[in-house]
Amino acid sequence: MRDSPATEQATDSAELVNAVGLHARPSVKLTQLAKTFACRVEIALSADGPWVDAKSPVKVMRVKAPCGAVLHVRASGPGAAAAAQALMALVRGGFGEPSHEPADLSHG
Amino acid sequence: MAELRLFGRSAAPGVAKGVVAVLEAARPQRRRGVGAPAEEASALHRALAGALAEVEALAAKATGEAADMLGFQVAMLSDEELIRPALEGVGAGQSAPAAWEAAMAVEIAGYRAAGDDHFAARTADLEDIRDRVLGHLEPQAADFAVPAGAVVVAADLPISRFLAIDWAQGGAIVLAGGSPASHVAMLARARGVPMIVGLDRAAEIAAGREALVDAAAGEVVLDPTEATRAVFAARADEEKRASGLNAAFRMGPAVTRDGTRITLTLNASSADELEGLDPAICDGIGLVRTELLFDGPGALPDEEAQHEAYRRIVAWADGRPVTIRTLDAGGDKPIAGVTEDGESNPFLGLRGIRLSLRRPDLFLTQLRALARAAAHGDVRVMLPMVTVPAELEAARRLMETALAGLARDGLAARRPRLGIMIEVPAAAIAIDQFDADFFSIGSNDLTQYVTAAGRDIGSVAELADPLNPAVLRLIASVARHGRETGREVCLCGDAGGDPRAIGPLLRAGLRSLSVAASAVGAAKQAIAAIDLRDGAP
Repeated sequence: MRDSPATEQATDSAELVNAVGLHARPSVKLTQLAKTFACRVEIALSADGPWVDAKSPVKVMRVKAPCGAVLHVRASGPGAAAAAQALMALVRGGFGEPSHEPADLSHG
Repeated sequence: MAELRLFGRSAAPGVAKGVVAVLEAARPQRRRGVGAPAEEASALHRALAGALAEVEALAAKATGEAADMLGFQVAMLSDEELIRPALEGVGAGQSAPAAWEAAMAVEIAGYRAAGDDHFAARTADLEDIRDRVLGHLEPQAADFAVPAGAVVVAADLPISRFLAIDWAQGGAIVLAGGSPASHVAMLARARGVPMIVGLDRAAEIAAGREALVDAAAGEVVLDPTEATRAVFAARADEEKRASGLNAAFRMGPAVTRDGTRITLTLNASSADELEGLDPAICDGIGLVRTELLFDGPGALPDEEAQHEAYRRIVAWADGRPVTIRTLDAGGDKPIAGVTEDGESNPFLGLRGIRLSLRRPDLFLTQLRALARAAAHGDVRVMLPMVTVPAELEAARRLMETALAGLARDGLAARRPRLGIMIEVPAAAIAIDQFDADFFSIGSNDLTQYVTAAGRDIGSVAELADPLNPAVLRLIASVARHGRETGREVCLCGDAGGDPRAIGPLLRAGLRSLSVAASAVGAAKQAIAAIDLRDGAP
């Protein structure tokens, strides 16, 4: 289904600029943001994959993406373009986007 | 039974009496046989749900870094993917606990093998998750609740366990491992829970025995005699009396008998520690140690997390100056993923500013966060372990880089005043070589470097005396240089809060001391008794 021409698709990439990379706190932020989109959202360290579900903190942590790595995103389904754009904005901004943070993560 | 005295290091002061409760580090014994895969799978699901509910409840009550760490655990426990590998094991005929342990071992090994220290540091969280779920699978061990007022004995204490214990009825913590710089130790000091770490023979302490704890002295007495009980009761009374007396002095300004106003600031490690304290008891914060931020069970803090942590302290200070020390890792404060392992003499090794300049990635992140925090109030930045002027100049250049980057990113920031700690004798002796905005004497390290006696080595600890004439002469020389050049000189080591040392320090020319919050009353009382006029005794 998601590969049919009618399905909205988007890909993008961005470098991880925060010192610790896609670590615990950033992973939680990334997955929480991804879950706000209905479409399928995946991330990878290479444009060729392997792709992992960006809505699963366990899987995102397993990617162990360090600072300086380029993170790729691909989304398919309703709102795919917006999802890819929002995720990469979070990455480019060093995960410091307060508008996507739940209150309890803004303290530490 | 004969009385047994054991000694460790103090991590949070206080006297306590209670019954020993031992928190086992060892896995509980398996009792159950293996059920059908469907039963084992549903047991695993139930255990996960139970663990999640517990962590959510803890997270709802937690603030600051603890909330952040628990938030990560909530996210992990909410993810079905966490138990998928274990469910595969169950499907293959394993028991739920065995499958869970095996799956988590793989997960943890993966973090460890990442070749990235930040991820390796997260294994503690995964172990916490593993044990909590195991506890629900094998309730005979995990349901063990710590009775109110107990002396909790363990190898180490995870933060989640600390938060789950009711400390309102008293009690104390005695650990075989642990560190006074740990996050749990910080929470214990903030909550007034006496805590001892690194206790020898802690494994011999059996549950149910009566224990007396004098945490300031690092002393535990098991099965005490009547005489020892009386001694400890007197110490507890003395503690209560002193805290009452101190309370009277606490709120007033620090003034000597002859009317000289002394600047008295606080040493602190986090905003959590300051919660509930009235900032009016002090003239600001003279030392914010930032090591705790980096030494949690979880991530090295990013710029956003650091900015928020510093901003909260600045907000607490309510306009008073806040002096924040850049990361002082190394020496007696190893930090996973930051400090070097296996240095033959860590106190003479890569520590403080030496380490920060080797890790410009970490240092620049911290300087950016500090410059951003400076936009919220009077923030001053202090460099630890400076030995030569070139280190100060290198840090100043990095601060310029940080400010330029922040301006480019459109983030609010301000250039903080940049000062140095005086703890290396080379810097104290050649103080006129350093063009710093202010100086802060770290009397603990200065004393041990001048006397060549480690404060953590019991057999020579007596030599590590901050009142040694050589140490006092160096302090006097730094204070004089500060007066002559219009630069503020503060002292932020333990001596500043020691009533016996305050007189000699003020007579050496110091007019600014930074002390632990718990020492404010006693320090003001000691200051009030001192007459600085010529010829006064």
